[in-house]
Amino acid sequence: MMKGTVIEILLVEDNPGDVQLTREALQEYKLYNHLHVAVDGEQALNFLFRKGVYKEAPVPDLILLDLNIPKVSGHDVLIRIKQEEQLRNIPVVILTTSEDKEDIQKAYENYASCYIAKPMDFSSFVEIVKELNDFWISIVALPRMKSI
Amino acid sequence: MEPKIIEILLVEDSPGDVILTKEALNEYKIVNNLHVAQNGLEALDFLYQRGKFENAIRPDIILLDLNLPKMDGREVLKQIKSDSDLKTIPVVILSTSDADEDIMSAYKNYANCYITKPIDLDQFVKVVKSLQSFWLSIVKLPQNN
Repeated sequence: MMKGTVIEILLVEDNPGDVQLTREALQEYKLYNHLHVAVDGEQALNFLFRKGVYKEAPVPDLILLDLNIPKVSGHDVLIRIKQEEQLRNIPVVILTTSEDKEDIQKAYENYASCYIAKPMDFSSFVEIVKELNDFWISIVALPRMKSI
Repeated sequence: MEPKIIEILLVEDSPGDVILTKEALNEYKIVNNLHVAQNGLEALDFLYQRGKFENAIRPDIILLDLNLPKMDGREVLKQIKSDSDLKTIPVVILSTSDADEDIMSAYKNYANCYITKPIDLDQFVKVVKSLQSFWLSIVKLPQNN
């Protein structure tokens, strides 16, 4: 990862507690990142397609996507992202409570980068989010849309 | 649930990198079997269980170099991700290239993630261990039929 770059992360999550935990876990992280939150699938798509209030929204470098969200399901948001020429390269990490085999299979079929089941307890959840960030922000090379 | 052995397919033509990767993977607590294909054609033979690979198992994860003889990793990736049966297998690109075009193109072709191989040996081992830790114990992998 290049020094001095800001990672734009879109978190698609309707549970405020989980949003807060994710935000805190990211804040402890040394690298500079911006966390954007969409609380349902429709907001997520508006953000990604820069509709309405989101017309100035940045293109995220990474998307953390819950499956069980209102309005448009996480699965449908994923499908939409991966069909879209300008968005399909964005890694989508499924971060959801479901451990259902069908959900896992479907996510990978629709080109999710990876699937993480959210642990129920607080400290494990924070640990997972940190590991996720460690891996995706400092180990992985993310696609850069622009070379600034 | 009893621990499953993770089957890893490493597609890599550099013998040195194969050895390093093998050693780094062996240190980890989750048992895994490492299978190696040395070029793009072998990788596809393995995945389609052809020729000498007719008894090959289906990998749980693929570590794929881009610059390979016979058929390069970019083409292998495209074939995997356009195959309805193979596309669910996570493909981690592990390449020396840090070119924006290679990275972008890999993600556009649905690579699960892209890692630039560090030149430094210690860093390389560290990266393989992180990769293993993330993919084999944090992530839920798709079911292997």
